[in-house]
Amino acid sequence: MIFDKWIAAFTSEKLTCNACKKEFSVKELRKSNYICPECGKYFRIAGRERINQIVDKKSFEEFATGLSSVDFLDFPGYADKLQKAKDNTGEDDAVVCGHATIGGYPCAIFVMDSRFMMASMGSVVGEKITRTFEYATEHKLPVIGFTASGGARMQEGIISLMQMAKCSAAVKKHSSEGNLYVTVLTDPTTGGVTASFAMQGDIILAEPKALVGFAGRRVVEQTTKSQLPDNFQSAEFILEHGFADAIVPREELTDTLTTILKLHRKEQAAG
Amino acid sequence: MTPYEKLKTARQNGRPTGVAYVNELFTDRIELHGDRRFSDDAAIVSGIGSLDGIPVTYIAIEKGTDLDSRMKTNFGCPKPEGYRKALRLMKQAEKFHRPVICFVDTLGAFCGADGEERGQGEAIAENIMEMLGLKTPTISIVIGEGGSGGALALCSADRVYMMENSVYSVISPEGCASILWKDASRAEDAAQCLRITADDMKNFGVAETVIPENFEQFSETCNEIKQHLVADLKELMKKNTDLLLEDRYHRFRKFGIYEENGGTHGTTLYPI
Repeated sequence: MIFDKWIAAFTSEKLTCNACKKEFSVKELRKSNYICPECGKYFRIAGRERINQIVDKKSFEEFATGLSSVDFLDFPGYADKLQKAKDNTGEDDAVVCGHATIGGYPCAIFVMDSRFMMASMGSVVGEKITRTFEYATEHKLPVIGFTASGGARMQEGIISLMQMAKCSAAVKKHSSEGNLYVTVLTDPTTGGVTASFAMQGDIILAEPKALVGFAGRRVVEQTTKSQLPDNFQSAEFILEHGFADAIVPREELTDTLTTILKLHRKEQAAG
Repeated sequence: MTPYEKLKTARQNGRPTGVAYVNELFTDRIELHGDRRFSDDAAIVSGIGSLDGIPVTYIAIEKGTDLDSRMKTNFGCPKPEGYRKALRLMKQAEKFHRPVICFVDTLGAFCGADGEERGQGEAIAENIMEMLGLKTPTISIVIGEGGSGGALALCSADRVYMMENSVYSVISPEGCASILWKDASRAEDAAQCLRITADDMKNFGVAETVIPENFEQFSETCNEIKQHLVADLKELMKKNTDLLLEDRYHRFRKFGIYEENGGTHGTTLYPI
């Protein structure tokens, strides 16, 4: 599969652009914000890499570590897939969270990592994101969330569906107490994550050309029985239809988030 | 019955659909239409009525009973405007302190291009979040199929009941089989793996109550539902709003089975 090749490419510290097929070192790509220096295509970014790019140097403190998924349904192939994803990424599961400062402004942050089973949401992802919101509610902090996901993790059955409600309940509580939540939709944000916390931000940003949708394109094609436009379910498509606030190029993301955090700082509201 | 047989039973023609329950359970019914934004989705039948003297809001996903009505309701697959219609009715119920009773029967949310254009994901996300914060009691009953996010959008409630042969699943067994084995015909195996039955839901804590089915004596079946509803509503309506919301928060907060620092966590450990 293309995705497996991509994982292999990542871990060997050389990445191939899947648009122009040129190869670059991770070092080069870090400099270019993981935008292809040749053709401008956005690479998908590993969770920790993203955090390094966005937050102030040395400000990130990770929490909710040491959680790992359990194959409690004895689901065919799940244990192997988990082990493979752990080996390939060095991560326990598909989200990294903690607190940090961006442009000097404190926030809680979670970043989903599509290298880990396409960042599907099972108990661990749901638990870590819920804890991020609970932490932020307790400390009256904004939450910045980078979403990427293939949807709910079917290998955990109905419990994976319940994660959508669990996270949403935590988002609601955080929101009810007047706290800010900004989502950044990255490629690909789909299924149960789109249908829960990805779309619950006060401000919803998206990366250019990111795939964002609910149902899979093939399913939609079958249901609709007609050709879909090329930009269907892209960041541009959802902006046009009113479901994102802005598309922000990667090189402007830190500045945009800084400005948003600045405009929502609490002392100003009190003052 | 095997899980797959239950799935087939849940989908069977002639099984009572949402409207049948509404008509049997509530008196003084007034149907209320439209989302006040775009249109009126026939897949959601909603309104106000009386349950044993208690004014309630009802919201039912309707699959239809013949080809004509099924075409109109998209075979019970609500569009974004259907979810927004449901949310409008829930907010109205909150204003008048009426409990909300939902009837869930869907393969899943509608998956067409127009659904995506009008924000199917956003509509479901909004419903789940707002339902979890709704300042009035909510009870959902899965009467046939509880299909994924499209069902959860009406199931983020204080109590969930399952009809004996209803199912609730994160993905349709056909969809699961085609992803897992590239073979949708292995739905039977997938149904087994996914744990989709009413008893499974009770064991996981996803549902509190399983209602025995006897559709030959449908009014008796509904009478049993009514007794559960009235008893649960009496209990829920006694709680002040803070406690109601806090209890609802914890109802969903508990879901999750994972390892942390060597120990297995999760209050919904399933006896396998």
